Amino acid sequence: MMDIDHVAALARLKLTDREKEIFSRQVVDIIRYIDKLNELDTSGIEPTAHVLPMKNIFREDEIRASLPRDSALRNAPERDGGFYRVPRIIE
Amino acid sequence: MQYETVIGLEIHAQLSTETKMFCGCPAKFGSEPNTQTCPVCTGMPGVLPVMNKKAVEYVVRTGLALNCNISSYSRFARKNYFYPDLPKGYQISQYELPLCEGGYVEINVDGGGKKIGLTRIHLEEDAGKNIHDGAGSESLVDLNRAGVPLMEIVTEPDIRSPREAVEFMKRLRAVVRCIGVCDGNMEQGSLRCDANISVRPAGQEEFGVKTEIKNMNSFRFVEKALDYEIRRQTAALREGKRIIQETRLWNADRGITESMRSKEEAHDYRYFPEPDLMPVELDGSWLETIRESIPELPHVRRARFISRYHLPEQDADILTADMATAEWFEEAVRLGGDPRVVSNWIRGELARLLNEDNRQMEDCLLKPEYLVDMLKLIDNGTISGKIAKTVFEEMYKTGSAAGDIVKEKGLVQISDEAGIGAVVDEILDEHPEEVKRYRAGEAKLMGFFVGQVMKKTRGKANPKIANELLRKKLG
Ligand SMILES: [Zn+2]
Repeated sequence: MMDIDHVAALARLKLTDREKEIFSRQVVDIIRYIDKLNELDTSGIEPTAHVLPMKNIFREDEIRASLPRDSALRNAPERDGGFYRVPRIIE
Repeated sequence: MQYETVIGLEIHAQLSTETKMFCGCPAKFGSEPNTQTCPVCTGMPGVLPVMNKKAVEYVVRTGLALNCNISSYSRFARKNYFYPDLPKGYQISQYELPLCEGGYVEINVDGGGKKIGLTRIHLEEDAGKNIHDGAGSESLVDLNRAGVPLMEIVTEPDIRSPREAVEFMKRLRAVVRCIGVCDGNMEQGSLRCDANISVRPAGQEEFGVKTEIKNMNSFRFVEKALDYEIRRQTAALREGKRIIQETRLWNADRGITESMRSKEEAHDYRYFPEPDLMPVELDGSWLETIRESIPELPHVRRARFISRYHLPEQDADILTADMATAEWFEEAVRLGGDPRVVSNWIRGELARLLNEDNRQMEDCLLKPEYLVDMLKLIDNGTISGKIAKTVFEEMYKTGSAAGDIVKEKGLVQISDEAGIGAVVDEILDEHPEEVKRYRAGEAKLMGFFVGQVMKKTRGKANPKIANELLRKKLG
C-alpha cells in the first residue's frame, strides 16, 4: 500500500483527510496502470536509463553571460538586497 | 575497557573549472551574491543541463591519480530533496555507476605506510549558500555556488585516529592541488571534509553506532573535532548510554560538537536516473589523454627529492606538500643553489614570512633566482650570514633582487682588516673593565666583544675577521 502521508511529507504538502483518501486511490490506480509494463517479456533486453542512443554530450568550459541580478531575483518571493529571502531554515 | 575508533571520510572538492557544471555561469568564489546565475542553475522550467567536459575529465584525472578503477560507462541521477539553496528541488549527482570506484591513498603513520581505501569518487553539483543572520526569522540565499561542479570522495572506514584523518586529508589535498583539479582551500570551502565516526570495544568486529561530523574547515579542526567526538562517545559508552546516530556540527568557538537540529525531517532521496543527461562513456584513447595530463604526483616527487637531492624525509615532506613550493625549490637548485641550503631557507625564513602574511607560495614575490644570487653574495663574503636574513626579508617584501637591496641599504659586509680593526680598537677603548676581566681569564667575554663589533657595524662586520682581530688585540 502507498503511504500517502510519507509521500505528502516528502513533497511538503499538507493534505486533508478527504484528500488523502482521494489521492491514495488515484496513486494506486496510476501505479497499477504502470504495472501493465511488467506484463511485457523483457528478458532478452539490456536495461537502460535512456531511450535515445546518445552518449557523451558535452560543452566546453567557457564562460557565458549570467543573468543581471535584478532579472534573476525578479521571481523571488522576497528579496533582501542582493539575496533571496526565505523562512529561516536552521533552528 | 579500551575502545577503538573507526573513521570514514566524505570529502567534497570544488573543481577548479571556469564555469559551472551544466551552464556557462562563472564558478568563481567571492563575487557579489546572485550575480553568477542563469535560468539553468536557478532551475527555471524548460531548461536543459549540458555537461561541462572538463568537470568529467577532472574527476577522472583524480581517479587515475588515486589508483581508482575508472568506469567505462557512467551515468547521473537525481537526488530529490527540498532546501532553499537547491532551486530545482533535486541535486544532479551520481548514484549507481559513479565515474571512479576503489583506489587508495597511502599515508605515513609512525614511520610506516598505510593504505586508506577509497569507496568511490563521483561528480555532482554544489548547492547555493544559506546565510542565517543572528536571531532573525529568515534566511538569505545566494545561488552563485549552485551548480558549481563538486567531486565527492568517499573513503572506506579504514581510518583509526584523528591524526590519520588529518594525514589523509593532507595527502589528498596535495594531490588535488598538484593535478590542478581543486585549489584545496578549506577555509573558503572549496575542500570540505565530513567524517563518520564511531568507537567500539577493542577487539570487537562489529562497528559501533556512528555520528556524522560536519563543519570542520581546517586540518586543525578536523583533528580537534574528531578528538572531541571520540571522548564524547567513549564517555557515553562508559556510562552505559547509547550513541544516537545523528549529524553533529563542530563548534570551533566552544571546541565541541553539537547535535544539528534541522527542520528537514524526511530523508528519502528517491534517486532515479537523470533523464536530461546522456551517459558518459570513456574509451581508451580519451582515458590515455587524461592520464597524460597528470604531472608528477607528490609522493613520487617526494621519493625523487630524497634520492636525487639527498634531502632528509622531513625536508622532502614540506617541499613537496604543494607544487609551487616544489617548483620553487627545483628552480633554485637548477640555478646552482645547494639543495640543503635552499631547503633550509624555504622551510625556515620563507615559510615563516609566508605564514605571517597568510600567503601561499604562488603569491610569493621572492623569485628563486634572487635566493641563489643572495647565496652567492654570502659565499663570496659580500654579506654576512646574519645580514642575509635582512636581505632575504627585504627581497620577500619588495620582490627586488639581492644585489640591489645590498647596494641600496649599504649592507655590504665589512671584510677589510683596517676597517674592522678600527672598530675593534674603539670598543676596547670604551670597555677597559671588560678587557681587564678577559685578560684575567674570563674567556666567555669574547662573545660580548663580538656583539659590540656587530652592533657598531650594524651586523656588517665579517664575524670571522672580527673574531681573529679581537683575539689578536686582546692578546
Ligand atoms: Zn548558470
